[in-house]
Amino acid sequence: MSMLTLGYSVLFYFAAFILFAGLAFRIYTYAKTPSPLKIVVTPAPTTKAGVVYRMWREVVLFESLFRSSKWTWVFGWAFHFGMLLVLLRHLRYIIETPWTWVNMIQPFGIYAGFLMLLGLLGLWARRILVDRVRYISAPSDHLMLAMIVGITATGLLMKFVSGTDVIAVKNFMLGLIYFDIQPMPEDPILLTHLGLVGLLMIVFPYSKLLHAPGVFFSPTRTQVDNPREQRHVTPWAKDDVS
Amino acid sequence: MADYEIPELKDIPVIPSIKEGAMAHSAPFVSRAPFQEKLGYPDELVDNWQEVAIEKLGDMTKKYRSLKVFLDSCVKCGACTDKCHYFLGTTDPKNMPVARQDLLRKVYRRYFTLAGKFFPKLVGATDLTKEVLDDWYSYYHQCSQCRRCSVFCPYGIDTAEISMAAREILDTVGVGQKYCNEIIGKVYEIGNNLGLPGPALKATLEDLEEDVEDDTGVAVKYPLDVQGADVLVVTPSADFFAEPHIDGLIGYGKVLHQAGISWTLSSHASEAGNFGMFLGSYDNMKRVAWRIREAALDLGVKRIVVGECGHAWRVAYQFWNTIAGPFDFLDPNYPVPQHIIEVTHDLIQRGALNLDPSANDDKRVTFHDSCNVARATRMGNTPGGQFVLPREVIKASVNHYFDMAPETIHDSTFCCGGGGGLLTDDLMELRVKGAMPRMQALNEVVKENDVNYLAAICAICKSQFTKTLPYYNFPMDMIGSVHGLVSEAIQLGTKE
Repeated sequence: MSMLTLGYSVLFYFAAFILFAGLAFRIYTYAKTPSPLKIVVTPAPTTKAGVVYRMWREVVLFESLFRSSKWTWVFGWAFHFGMLLVLLRHLRYIIETPWTWVNMIQPFGIYAGFLMLLGLLGLWARRILVDRVRYISAPSDHLMLAMIVGITATGLLMKFVSGTDVIAVKNFMLGLIYFDIQPMPEDPILLTHLGLVGLLMIVFPYSKLLHAPGVFFSPTRTQVDNPREQRHVTPWAKDDVS
Repeated sequence: MADYEIPELKDIPVIPSIKEGAMAHSAPFVSRAPFQEKLGYPDELVDNWQEVAIEKLGDMTKKYRSLKVFLDSCVKCGACTDKCHYFLGTTDPKNMPVARQDLLRKVYRRYFTLAGKFFPKLVGATDLTKEVLDDWYSYYHQCSQCRRCSVFCPYGIDTAEISMAAREILDTVGVGQKYCNEIIGKVYEIGNNLGLPGPALKATLEDLEEDVEDDTGVAVKYPLDVQGADVLVVTPSADFFAEPHIDGLIGYGKVLHQAGISWTLSSHASEAGNFGMFLGSYDNMKRVAWRIREAALDLGVKRIVVGECGHAWRVAYQFWNTIAGPFDFLDPNYPVPQHIIEVTHDLIQRGALNLDPSANDDKRVTFHDSCNVARATRMGNTPGGQFVLPREVIKASVNHYFDMAPETIHDSTFCCGGGGGLLTDDLMELRVKGAMPRMQALNEVVKENDVNYLAAICAICKSQFTKTLPYYNFPMDMIGSVHGLVSEAIQLGTKE
């Protein structure tokens, strides 16, 4: 086994561990931290089904963002929706015989890469050009964009310019999954692509990428508007004044 | 009129360029010893304040999911940056909601996150220094906790939650705000925010009864501490003598009189307001709210109705059941608590009131949705009822009604600029500048529709506008109570 194969194998096992363990820990922490008071932002649904629908609109359509800033919405939604298609397309690298629908979305997934890149560059431009957004940006906000732009650009390069040995990539990924390590192809663009992906997985649970699980635990959106009808009581807030 | 520039009202609202440090000088008077002790806080900055503050912050992230999730989740997308009335009015970038949150978030990151511990510069984390603490005091008292930013945040991050937590930390290390803490002390000692003792309240209400009878020829009662009354009305103490608040109280009395409802006020709970919320102090908020439960039990009432007060209605609607409930001793056929607008609206629907809107024909009215009512509560059974019911009550009482621009009403409403415990003269510059977006929207309907009356259902809004309207060349008596309009329109002696 080459040093390269060993290095990338270790990276991916480590990255996967950090990503899943880190996220599980975050989600556990959010779930067990109480919401002592009803703080839902109204008008809000008065039933649980209504809240599910509200969250669906929030997560799938970015409804609140649409109300606040059309440009941020256009770029943000293009990036996220593009990324979803791209990720689904990538399932074929980790499933031995991809399901039919994974095969069917391949062409869309390929061009979604451009949508993703467009969204990212738009968001980055806002961060640089709009004085208010520039003011609130830390170096990490730019680095995060740089990292994802890097992943997207190298991916597009491999698809449309240089090409890479996708069979070998698939063998390597499946090898990781079945604990039967296969050689890592020595393509510098691929190595950059996968190196950045590993880094992103590691950073995920320690960064603002926590907005992904966070939105599902945001009391102002997830609570039902029924404080008069149903008494809301959480453990630490139970004791009564006498 | 003032030694600062009054914002100019433009034809079209514009998002200003940022001007760093524009409001860095703004800070309310610091609370002193006698006020701090009553609330259970240290008199002055404690020696190990840094340690205490960080421990308190850590403790609160374990007690409040909102705080924990909001501190972790912000992606700095900038959607909120042009939504705060204080930013629009002052142009200080630290008044952008995300930047205001970051004042606390950068300390949270430094002490509680891996990235902030090892790479503080990279993620914008900083140590908790005296400068940071001073920034907290200044800028967390430039937030009226109105939640407009939360409406527009893709994750629902609510700066009010952050500013409440920050104020609780400040109080814990001994840096409280005089205005709020002094007022809560008065509630504990005397029973209301204005420090009006029971006998004075009784005399005030008797005078009010005489005035109303002189005015209308009908003996409308404003009862105090009546055992066995059906309804306990809890209202902001400003309603007892401030203008235009008192017209609202007169209106409640007339409505309940015509409907034949037996009601009473309480000297023990002579205040609906609950400044404990502004401090972010669960304990103080609970202690203030508990008086109302006690009053309801002592008087043996069947229902509790809350008067025109924005944050009081938030505390009543969202929190009472949790912090002062269960209210299983009240009549289950009515919502607990009920807003006076809900009561009046229901009576209008049932034809129990005789209203003549032409009595208000001198007025061309618009309605200011108060932030806490709009974004933290509901009226009636349908989401959004908090926008519909007050407007229907107004329209039943006046003939000329006009809404302000859609992006400035309902849940997009702009705060009056004086909410969240900032209604104090030592913050006048902030209040005047913070009122700008609302004045801008008002100016449009004044020009287009000759509006001459701004109706509201919040004691703080009414006081704030009375003070700030003249700065924008509007008459101060343009602001009025919704039940002041009802009071004018109601035809006493025709239904009872």
